[in-house]
Formats: sequence, C-alpha cells, structure tokens
Amino acid sequence: MLYRENGQFKTSYAADQQIFPIFQERWAMALLLLVAFVVLPLVGSEYWFRAILIPFLILSLAALGLNILVGYCGQISLGTGAFMAVGAYAAYNFMVRIDGMPLIVAMLLGGLSATVIGVLFGIPSLRIKGLYLAVATLAAQFFTDWAFLRIGWFTNNSSSGSVSMARLDVFGVPIESPVTKYLFVLTVVCVFALMAKNLVRSAIGRQWMAIRDMDVAAAVIGIRPMYAKLSAFAVSSFIVGVAGVLWAFIHLGAWEPAAFSIDRSFQLLFMVIIGGLGSIAGAFLGAGFIVLLPLALDQIPHLLGIPLSTATITHLVHMIFGALIVFFLIVEPHGLAKLWSVGKQKLRLWPFPH
Amino acid sequence: MGFFLETLFGGLMAGMLYSLIALGFVLIYKASGVFNFAQGAMVLFAALAMSRFAEWIPQWLGFESLLLANLLAFIAAMAVMVVLAWAIERLCLSKLVNQEGITLLMATLGIAYFLDGFGQTLFGSDIYNINVGMPKDPAFILEGMFEGGVMISKEDLVAAAIAALLVVVLALFFQKTKTGRALRAVADDHQAAQSIGIPLNKIWVIVWSVAGFAALVAGIIWGSKLGVQFTLSLVALKALPVVILGGLTSVPGAIIGGLIIGVGEKLSEIYLGPMLGGGIEIWFAYVLALGFLLVRPQGLFGEKIIDRV
Repeated sequence: MLYRENGQFKTSYAADQQIFPIFQERWAMALLLLVAFVVLPLVGSEYWFRAILIPFLILSLAALGLNILVGYCGQISLGTGAFMAVGAYAAYNFMVRIDGMPLIVAMLLGGLSATVIGVLFGIPSLRIKGLYLAVATLAAQFFTDWAFLRIGWFTNNSSSGSVSMARLDVFGVPIESPVTKYLFVLTVVCVFALMAKNLVRSAIGRQWMAIRDMDVAAAVIGIRPMYAKLSAFAVSSFIVGVAGVLWAFIHLGAWEPAAFSIDRSFQLLFMVIIGGLGSIAGAFLGAGFIVLLPLALDQIPHLLGIPLSTATITHLVHMIFGALIVFFLIVEPHGLAKLWSVGKQKLRLWPFPH
Repeated sequence: MGFFLETLFGGLMAGMLYSLIALGFVLIYKASGVFNFAQGAMVLFAALAMSRFAEWIPQWLGFESLLLANLLAFIAAMAVMVVLAWAIERLCLSKLVNQEGITLLMATLGIAYFLDGFGQTLFGSDIYNINVGMPKDPAFILEGMFEGGVMISKEDLVAAAIAALLVVVLALFFQKTKTGRALRAVADDHQAAQSIGIPLNKIWVIVWSVAGFAALVAGIIWGSKLGVQFTLSLVALKALPVVILGGLTSVPGAIIGGLIIGVGEKLSEIYLGPMLGGGIEIWFAYVLALGFLLVRPQGLFGEKIIDRV
C-alpha cells in the first residue's frame, strides 16, 4: 500500500538511472543514513560501538570488496584475509616511516598496496579458474601470514611481532572515542559503498558480470578477459585492503598476523554467500548476520536460563554457519539480498492479491 | 649425508600422510567432479569417532582388550562415516546436481564447517589419543655406511606400509570389482553411466564412504602420531597443493605429489629456511603448487584440461 511506484514518472535520463528509482526507497535510505549518522551516535552505548557496529561496518566493507570478485566477476578467493593484512601492514609502515603521514592518505596507500598484491595473485586467474584459483589465493593467504610474522621489516622490527597504532586523527580531529571511530568508519564505508554500487552498474561492472556468466561468450562480444578479471581483482583488493586498514587501526588498535588468518577469509566468504552473491546490499546483510549470530547465541540461552559454555557456542556457531551455507546454496543462491528483494516485490502488491 | 638422508626419510613419511588425505580428494573428484574441501574435516571427524569409540565401547560392554576395543571402534567409526556419506549425498549433493564447480566447492566448505562443529559437539573438543599399538621407538639403518646410522621412526615405517596397502586395496577395488567399474564409468561420463543403468546416487554414497574410509585411515595414523585435535583439520589443507601438483584426477599423482611436497617441505625448511627466516614450511607447498598452476595446470599426472579461460 505504501510501497508503490505508480504515478512516479521518469522524465529524464538522470531520473531513469537513479540508484533508488522509487521515491519511497529514497526516503527509506535517507532515514537509514539519518539514523546511522545522527541517532545512533546520540543513543548508542560504548559496547554497541565496540562490539557490534564498528566490526559490522568494517566487515561489511571487506565483504563488499570480496563480493565484487566472487559475486560479480565469479573468481573465487580464499585469501581475503591476506589482502586485508597487506593493507593493514602497508598503511602501518607508511604511518611509521613517513613523518606526518595523514591517516586517510595512509589508508588509501594501504589499499593501493593491497591492489598490487591482489593483481599479482590474480594473474593465475588468467590461466585457471574455479577450484584451482582457490588454491592460488590460499597460497597468498599462507604466504602473507608467514611474511608478516617472520620478516621483521614489515613490523618495524617489533620484538613481540605485534604492532599498534595510537593517536589517530583526521584533519586535526582525533579518532579516539568510540563515537568518533564509528563515525569515521561509517563515512568511509558509505563512500566506498556508493563507489562500488556505481562501479558495478557501469560498463566495467557489466564486463565483470559477463565474464562471470560465461567467459567465452564475453570474449566473443569483445570483452577482454584479462582486463576484466585483473580489474576485478584490483578493485576488490583495494576495498579489502582499506577494510584491513580500518580493522587494524580502528577496531583492533594493536594487532598481529593472526588477526588476518585463514579463518577471517572463510568468514568473509560466508558473509558473501549468506548475504548474497552479486549484490551490494548482500554484503551488509551477510556481515550483519555473521556478526550478530554469535552474539545472539551468547545472549539468548543466557536470557532463557540455559547456560552454554563458550566452547559449545563456538561449535554451535560452526554448525549453524556450515548448515546455512549449504542451505542457502541449495535454496537461495542469491542469499539474504534476494529474500529482501522478493519481500519488496511482494510488498508492491500488498494487500491486494494482484 | 646421514643428516640429509634422515631429513629425506622424514619428508617421505610426512608426504605419505599428505598423500593419504589427498587420496580422499582425488577419489571424490574423479567420481563426482566435486572438489571436496571437507576432506580435512572428515579426517578430524573420523579420528575423533575412532578415539572416542575406543574409549567408550570397553566402558559400555565392560571388557579390557585393547585389540578388541580398537577393532570395534574401527567398525563403529566406519559405520559413522558411511552414515555421514549417505547424509551428505541425501541432504546436500543430490540437491546440487548440475551446479557449477564453484558452488559445489562452497557447499563442501559449508560441510567442512558443519563437521568441525558437529564432531566436536558430539565427541568433545579436548586432545585425545589413538592407541592402535604402533611401535614408538626409532630404528637405525645403514649403520655400516655412516657413523651412527640413519635414524628413522618405526611408527613412520608402519604408517607408510599401511598407506601403501590402502592404495593397493583401493586400486584393486577400482579395477577388479563390479562397483569399482561402475565408479570408473561415472567418473568418465555421468550421463553415459546413467543411461546404461548405473544409479548415480548410490555411486556417490559409495564414493563418499570410500573417501570416508581413506579419511579414517589417515585420521588413525595422524592421530596416533600427533594426537586427535582440531589442528588435524588444518593439516589437511596441505593436501590441496598435493592434489594440484599430482593432478586432480590421478591416484598415483596424489601419492607422488604427497611425497614431493613432504620431501620438498622438509628439505627447504632445513636448507632454505635459515636464509629466509625459518618457518617456510607453512607456505612452501602452496607456492610450489602456485608455480605449477602457472606452468602445468593439470598437474603431473592429471588429464589435460581443454578449457579455454
């Protein structure tokens, strides 16, 4: 009843190409941004920011990057954690070694370093695909795990192997309190989400999807597979690298390579599958789901008076994730995002049957 | 020279164990085209079942004999693996027929996660041991040639013998039995096999059971060597480069790939490690596989892939 597009006529090309073509959607989005930028900082507690909102936003960003590669270009990657680590350690080195390096520049440079490594490990994708590529990206994962642990130069020869970043500021505003951290992360995530959304509906995004759907056919109609695949690797690892910088600098503060282990890579892949392959909103939905589920499993039995040990919860989380992955792959390969759009479709007719 | 030989033998033995896990991958890939990421989780699951049953069954039935306990535990664990194979086929694979390889890969990743959690909920998550009476003391050979001889562990020798036996049994099963012939037919061409009346579903259950059997044997050997614990399912990730190196569709490839990786890992750790800062065992296998992928994607013994990328 409320969600209708009749009467909304498009009279210009610009209106036809909007991201949210329906008036109600634009309002909903504006409302969401208002809540995120204004209401939450006013009402949220420190626990919310630290344990839920900041990890959720950063992991959404990483999942967004991975979704470009897996969901849009169809190249599987099990090395996302590695590219996050490259971003984090590169930005750390830029910050430590160059005096007065601004945070945002270091973040972008970290992203660029991740791009270089991403493209390097993406080169095998020109000759191989699918399962084989999974192994190539796993090589990236294990190699970077080792490099950041063993090569002292990357960690500025820190004796414990762990590095830390303190006293961050952007344009003179210190990023210290949970609220400022949250707002900074939110801004970055919004900018990148908008960029990614526009990228995937532009010519290059269509090229990625053509390669994903059938690479031979794509090559026949004049898409260069090499250019399309490597650009997907580049964009994806840039975003993932930036997410790595945020994860290390803002969320963790002090970190070691274990923060970007293979578990992180799997976790991000699960977000993309559960959230929805080939969808920007899916990255957010998947990240939200995967961040919230362990917390919910921790809290709900507690409230019901059934105490579960931490080990049991970890195992339960594993089982639920595993089962959900299989469930979604069988029932709804496009994940939560597809359910969301099916829901919207239903809402357009509601409450009338036709 | 003695030291070099010791390292070499150590590598060969480690490689043998990698091959055992890789064997499971190859069996399933050959028969159903599924790249089974869950093989490592299956090894952990089987090893957990084996070690816990060996502990529980004597308690339930009230006897002391270690041999009998192990025998019964082995049968029980095998039964569990068959049920698991059936469940995987029924609940997951049969619903994903004709999907792309990448989807199946992600599905087995989900199965792996599920099994990790399920196994540890069911059987507990401490470190358990499997005692099948493997000899623990080292042996010395070639004492005439070098001072002090070359030390090798008898346990490794037994493990290698078991692995070799397993390969022979599997080869006989595939070549000489009716089921084996059906399995090879399915591996060749699903549709053709189906059209001459081979039931695909049944074949897949059998293949996953055989892979479960390989996982159980690998789990017992690894478990009695290192103890049964969660890291077992991570060790199994090492089997991925092995199958890439040996070729995804080749059983001998899995064995030889495993040996090459095992030996390469140990030798590079000893001779290259100090130059690079040590610990290169973690990535050596993967980088070797990566190099192979660039030059010869089908591996040493795999069928040539005619697939334009």
